[in-house]
Amino acid sequence: MRKNERHSPMQSHAEDIVRDAKKVLLPRVQDGSRRAFLSRTLSLGGVALLSGCNISDNASVETALTKISRFNDAVQGWIFDPQQLAPTYPASMITRPFPFNAYYGRDEIRQIDGSSYRLEVGGLVMDKREWRLPDLVSMPQIEQITRHICVEGWSAIGRWGGVRFSDFLKLVGADTSAKYVGFKCADDYYTSIDMLTALHPQTLLALTYDGAILPPEYGYPMKLRMPTKLGYKNPKHIQAIFVTNVYPGGYWEDQGYNWFGGS
Amino acid sequence: MPVSLNPAGRSQPVSGQTRRTVQPGWVRAWHWINVLAVWVMVSSGWRIYNASPLFDFRFDDVLTLGGWLGGALQWHFAGMWLLFVNSLFYLVANVATGRLRTRFFPITVSALVKDASAAFHGRLTHADSRHYNSIQKVAYLFAILDIAVLIASGLALWKPVQLALLSTLFGGYEFTRLVHFFSMAALLVFVVVHVLMVIVVPRTLLTMIRGR
Repeated sequence: MRKNERHSPMQSHAEDIVRDAKKVLLPRVQDGSRRAFLSRTLSLGGVALLSGCNISDNASVETALTKISRFNDAVQGWIFDPQQLAPTYPASMITRPFPFNAYYGRDEIRQIDGSSYRLEVGGLVMDKREWRLPDLVSMPQIEQITRHICVEGWSAIGRWGGVRFSDFLKLVGADTSAKYVGFKCADDYYTSIDMLTALHPQTLLALTYDGAILPPEYGYPMKLRMPTKLGYKNPKHIQAIFVTNVYPGGYWEDQGYNWFGGS
Repeated sequence: MPVSLNPAGRSQPVSGQTRRTVQPGWVRAWHWINVLAVWVMVSSGWRIYNASPLFDFRFDDVLTLGGWLGGALQWHFAGMWLLFVNSLFYLVANVATGRLRTRFFPITVSALVKDASAAFHGRLTHADSRHYNSIQKVAYLFAILDIAVLIASGLALWKPVQLALLSTLFGGYEFTRLVHFFSMAALLVFVVVHVLMVIVVPRTLLTMIRGR
């Protein structure tokens, strides 16, 4: 999902309707994030649906949609089978070139210095020492060719290698009865996942792509790769990993993407 | 029709309105909820399509619901419950009341050919709106099956890993996108014809609103 999605110019009639609706609505809300949500949500479609209702109910529509999204998190947690493996593919099916995707453009891809790189581990874990890259490289490595599915709809098959995340969590003595694992990244991205998915056998701390060291555009020095979740749940350039029972949210999730984001 | 005399001496149908009811209340409720559900799903679906178009066109943003991809996804994954529950209710009620059998069957090839020929010559009658002609039967059954395909292919797109078998049945993730898109397009073709027929026979709109 790129950040540059914008409203395309609407017809003047539609603009008038939206402008009027905003005039009624915006003074009623003080909260900044809510205002941002409303100005994005107010399309002619949204206004048309609400005709006949009090237009100021839009804030409660937002609340209702968020509640349903939380409900869908619960449903997906219930559907999720920890033993169910995502399909794997032969090397001949790898998508070339594999697409770059982030909330910023290629010119903003972060360049991380591997030699000074330190991974922080925090929250409900026994061992909170920092990790260096060679520590991760010396752990048992596995590789898989799986399909990456973007929330936008497209998909691409890629080959990732690295450390099984459940091995890493065991090594740091993570409380695996905790609800969430959160990630903070060098590109200011952040996200979080459920513990069951964190422990899934195909969830990797990926250090390589297609047999070579993970290139910057795919998240050097390390990304979390989960074939059981949509692309935006897979953080790149990870700097800190923490285990928690307090819902950590995420960069896109806080703006309205579904939190579980499972495939 | 059997009638009884009320104290005022006016003749009245024995069972009041129900005798002449063309569309029972539950069918009407289902129909209009379905209109809402399909509209939410299609208009939010177009916005999701626009995020990564399958073909060389986009839907005008004015026609879409949600304002941006995240909003459209929220609508789509809320609307799916409405569509799913309403469709399930429709199916169960149709089977339980016997309406599925009596309204939509039998369909015979000869009746279909006869009705198609009559329709082609502009002579297909809708004289008794309690009975569907063969073209109507086929069209409505098509819409029912098409919505079933939409729901199933939507599930396969939502859960290609957890519902791996369903995803495989639809030909894998990318092919499922095409199935989902074209079954949406097919439903819209049905809707256009359906609305045109309502314009031709406006009485059917009344029966779907007040039952008679």
